[in-house]
Amino acid sequence: MIVTQQAFRAALLDPAAPVPEGLTDPAGRPAGRRFDVYRNNVVASLAAALETGFPAVRALVGPDRFRALAIAHARARPPRTPLMMHAGADLPAFLEGAGLGSALADVARLELAVRESYHAADAAPIDPAALGRIPPDRLENLRLGVAPALRLVPSAHALVSRRQAALEGSAQGAEDRPETALVTRRGFDPVVTALAPSEGVFVTALARGDPLGAAVALAAAHDPVFIPAAALSALLAGGAITSLETESVP
Amino acid sequence: MTDTKTLALTAAVAAAVSAYAAAPAQAQAQEKCYGVSLAGENDCAAGPGTTCAGTSTVDYQGNAWTLVEAGTCTELDLPDGRMGVTAAQLEEWGFNGINRDLPDDASLTEDVLNQYITPERLAELRS
Repeated sequence: MIVTQQAFRAALLDPAAPVPEGLTDPAGRPAGRRFDVYRNNVVASLAAALETGFPAVRALVGPDRFRALAIAHARARPPRTPLMMHAGADLPAFLEGAGLGSALADVARLELAVRESYHAADAAPIDPAALGRIPPDRLENLRLGVAPALRLVPSAHALVSRRQAALEGSAQGAEDRPETALVTRRGFDPVVTALAPSEGVFVTALARGDPLGAAVALAAAHDPVFIPAAALSALLAGGAITSLETESVP
Repeated sequence: MTDTKTLALTAAVAAAVSAYAAAPAQAQAQEKCYGVSLAGENDCAAGPGTTCAGTSTVDYQGNAWTLVEAGTCTELDLPDGRMGVTAAQLEEWGFNGINRDLPDDASLTEDVLNQYITPERLAELRS
């Protein structure tokens, strides 16, 4: 009897499952112990990938508990792609499902976003002065092209400072507030900036191609005293604006 | 109304651009510098999928790089007359690394080593 891929895979991810029948070593003897070694390595390496990919979540829950979560996650939600750089895409939802709270899941989302930003394509940013030269009557309908490395993670929690504190090993301040994490990458390394929720709405609208005026109006609906300067400044500093498209007022 | 909005937008854009210009030295530009990493401390970390981070096994390994502030790579003070070299410079000269301080590794075949610049040649080109 020859083992099927399906039976082989199912047994790989279930430590209680018996070794699939039909596995033999080169001498034709049953290869149960070899399978056990392989089964162990698969899950251990998937868990190690999560440990590398989610350093802040790991620090927040503690290394031992994270290891247990990572192993449980690897078995429950095996990777959907062989690309290790995408490992853990399902971890945020898994953490929420495990009752660990939305704040922790959001930190995991941010860590994923940082990794995506790192692997995104390069793009040359505009010269900031070019933005200053746009005639005032064209600003309302100005559309911005954004870098592929731009990511936004909205949260009901202060996820940027939580992640920072976790990575530095320092205690996090008591203050919690809604925040949107902005991830930009000028050059090699992604940079995370905390935005107010209304600024997050503003940048989300710009990133999907809304004109500047419409994006400001959307953000103002969230926060009547919204001012776009700080968010625009963060985009410029992060090299996240890659093109400026003006069109005449209809 | 439109005028007020335009005015507000103009002010915000102007503020953003000038805030950018006034920002104290943007996060220093960095560049890849070969031959200066301590063992196990070479760069390229971004989580799983980038397996090279922290894999150098020899101090100042000639085919491992670390990000350093732009312009400082060749100024770094290394023991025994070693010199660092930027990735850009290596590329310009047509090399992939420096032929010194390499681990004992079967993958470093003669073909691979031929792509590494010798320290002597590096010293010549640098002078």
